Amino acid sequence: MSSGRGPWRALTTVAAFFGFGLLYVPLLAVAMYSFNTAERGLIWTGFSVRWYIELLADPETSRRAREIREVAVNTLVLGGASTVISTVLGTLLALGMRFPWPSSVSRLLESIVDIPAVAPDITFAAVLVMAFNVLRRVVDHWFEPGMTTMIISHVTFEIAFVTLIVRSRLVAIGPTLSEAAMDLYASPWRHFRRVTLPLLWPAIVGGAMLAFTLSLNDFVISFFTSGPRSVTLPLYVYQSQMRGVRTDLFAISTLLLIGVAASIMILERLTRWRHN
Amino acid sequence: MTEPTVWYGQLTTRRRLLARGFLFIAGGISWLAVFLLLPSLALFVVSFMKRDADGVLIWELTLESFARIFGSASGENARILIRSIVLALIATSASVTLAYPMGFFIARGSRRRRFFWLALVIVPLCTNLVIRTFSWKLLLSAQLMPAKLAAWLGWIDPGRDIYPSWTAVALGLVAASLPFAVVPLYTSIDRLDWSLVEAAQDLYASRLRVFFAAILPQTLPGLSVAVILTFVPAMSVFVVSDMLGGAKHWLIGNLIQHQFGPGRNIPYGAALSLLLIILTLGGVSLYRRNGRSVEIL
Amino acid sequence: MIQRLRDFFSSSARRITRPPTESEAARNPGCSLVVENVSKSFGKTQILNDVSFTAEAGEFVTLLGPSGCGKTTLLRIIAGLDRSDRGRILLAGRAVDHLPANRRPVNTVFQNYALFPHLSVFENVAFGLRSRSIPDPEVRDRVRSSLSMLKLDDLAERYPHQISGGQKQRVALARAVVNEPEVLLLDEPMSALDAKLRAEVQLDLRRLQRALGKTFVLVTHDQDEAMTVSDRIVLMNKGRIEQQGVTAEVYERPQSRFAAEFFGAANLISAQRVGATLVFTTVGALRVQTTPQWEFGTLAIHPEWIELCENEPPENGVRGVVRESFYRGDHVELIIEPGPLRVQLSPRARLTPGSSVWLALPAERLEVLSD
Repeated sequence: MSSGRGPWRALTTVAAFFGFGLLYVPLLAVAMYSFNTAERGLIWTGFSVRWYIELLADPETSRRAREIREVAVNTLVLGGASTVISTVLGTLLALGMRFPWPSSVSRLLESIVDIPAVAPDITFAAVLVMAFNVLRRVVDHWFEPGMTTMIISHVTFEIAFVTLIVRSRLVAIGPTLSEAAMDLYASPWRHFRRVTLPLLWPAIVGGAMLAFTLSLNDFVISFFTSGPRSVTLPLYVYQSQMRGVRTDLFAISTLLLIGVAASIMILERLTRWRHN
Repeated sequence: MTEPTVWYGQLTTRRRLLARGFLFIAGGISWLAVFLLLPSLALFVVSFMKRDADGVLIWELTLESFARIFGSASGENARILIRSIVLALIATSASVTLAYPMGFFIARGSRRRRFFWLALVIVPLCTNLVIRTFSWKLLLSAQLMPAKLAAWLGWIDPGRDIYPSWTAVALGLVAASLPFAVVPLYTSIDRLDWSLVEAAQDLYASRLRVFFAAILPQTLPGLSVAVILTFVPAMSVFVVSDMLGGAKHWLIGNLIQHQFGPGRNIPYGAALSLLLIILTLGGVSLYRRNGRSVEIL
Repeated sequence: MIQRLRDFFSSSARRITRPPTESEAARNPGCSLVVENVSKSFGKTQILNDVSFTAEAGEFVTLLGPSGCGKTTLLRIIAGLDRSDRGRILLAGRAVDHLPANRRPVNTVFQNYALFPHLSVFENVAFGLRSRSIPDPEVRDRVRSSLSMLKLDDLAERYPHQISGGQKQRVALARAVVNEPEVLLLDEPMSALDAKLRAEVQLDLRRLQRALGKTFVLVTHDQDEAMTVSDRIVLMNKGRIEQQGVTAEVYERPQSRFAAEFFGAANLISAQRVGATLVFTTVGALRVQTTPQWEFGTLAIHPEWIELCENEPPENGVRGVVRESFYRGDHVELIIEPGPLRVQLSPRARLTPGSSVWLALPAERLEVLSD
């Protein structure tokens, strides 16, 4: 690649490292302070892994460990449930959108599916708050702020992303392979089961992973729709940091970062393995 | 409708096809209708309504909320709006400016190195914004180097954190937007036709002219996606300004959140949300025109 | 006498090329494929306009025409992947218009092969058999034998992205022939191959068809390919059949300007009718064998049928001057005024530009075109 030599190249490198610095210097500071012995504050008192051990302590005896356990379970339940529902609905939606709808209908479907992908999350949250306010008047106790409303909210914005991914894959596959299958005597069901579905599978898995990531990444929508007993990890960190800087929050953040990095590595391994 | 057609090799009728298609989309569409489309309509209606002192809605049409946004009496609110737009522009231009060299830097390496540096961009992308903003809060604390340096230079009083301040909000916002700018731009840069760049290098002496003549046009699709992906969230951001700014450093996001929360002024919150949606729709049309050919993620 | 014999043969050949009527198809049970009066429009564009042709059992028929002439659509209608607006399709004497693609006894080799990327070569070839719930041992035998017929034995466990373009094409063929269809449809199967490989594959394809004794219907825009492989050619233009007949017949006896021009080589001569079989042309008065239906029209003659004479020939002689001469290895091509006429001669005839020559345009080789 010939991106020039000398000062230009050096300048690019310096600017790039400045960018990476913006992303990582704060995160490295967090990782460092997670090993501080002090419970709160930023005075360095010594190295220890005490806060990591504390997080994994027996929930029966440690209040903090119990909290963390509950928060982690909530986060995973929210992510898992919303991913499953949105993957099913989004995949079906993508499959349904390729039917020969009148052009006005298909344009309408496309824009509906595009909305959540581009709408700012705070307006999205506002819309969902409206939805639950109205629905609470219709059906009494289903839509009280809590896990149900959070799952519903997350599904609502995840569907669109799953649909976008599955749809683009369907477009890429095109009709020819389906026609080849039908030409080779396959019934519509066999064609779907043996041709369309296996080819679509990577996109469905990709959509589900994106949905899960989005669920973990969300703060604003959870913040608007959660109840007192449905605190997830981002909410917990947000609430705790308002009461001051606690070293165990650093440990949680560090673990989370390591988790994200590890999943990206595993994902890369998996996809590379599939290519070979 | 009832005459036979062939669809993906199946012999059927249009009516039967649409009936089947309806079964597929029924679930997703009714979900989106109940939780997204109808509530959006409700939001639109509510923005024209009144509320009493306790925040209970009164069924009476009024333009009060919109008057509050645009009217002359709105002083502080108008300032918040303008501030949001300015900060979003700063965050967008800063992250795009940094994303270009980062994209070139990543594209320069071998396959393995590329993956490594790209992964370094994607890890923050997949990390919750609360955690990342929290890390800035730590870095900008009084006990750490940046604050000490700023104090030594006389920018802040010694012993004080850098937050809450606009500097902190801007820093947090740029860092939050940066990965969203790098990924689409890198995709475009990776597909650059270098022969055009070399041709431009023969024609023009200045590096800047080469950039504007050969590189910018080719990366335009990626650039427009990058701008949309950074500007829209930066406009509506709430976490960063809340954690690194606080009560004196509000943006539209905080304003909206306040109306739905402690402010108890849902009509006003709805009107502000509508305004944000309108700003976003402009972005969507831009995205649709230029960004279709670029895959994000 | 010879003249009369020639007339007999050419007119009998022409009789075959006439579109068959319904009664003709019904009377002809040997036909694998009968296409009757098929029309198709997409919106306002008419893709096919009253197209009829037949393919007898074991015949190799080529649908030839420029892109956009409707030949691929016709193939898709036969396969059941598109529907005609009017007309009907008979396969082995049975109307199939009401049958979906998966219940028609035809198989298609698609233009880009449409191999299933997630299945191995073996499973690709077995797909059609498995669809029909044929027992496993038989599937294995039949797949193995068709793989070995196409020299693919070693590739059975490979995946489509691991094999070359030529191999993919053979897999697509194997996947179709293994089902022993009544008619095998081939949609430009060689367009993705490079020129050298294509020539080889054309011969292989012809051999395969002879060995199997199956009916093949090929769609192509390449006239050389059509002539190499087919028994009969159906020449199509703008959704209509321009001419159909035995391969040599379609080449040698074009009936329209389009047919003459599509095969590229023919000289077209503008003419005016002055007698029953006499016309004035840009190269002089010429005698023809069939009476033109027009006042002003066109004659066609292939360059290889124009003869070079020592002296003025008794009939249809043209005195000309060599303008240009191109040496082509196996022949010499001359451009001769008036006309200009293109003439192909053996390379032994060394004629330099500027020299005058006598040419004979044999009346039996001068085709009176319909337009």
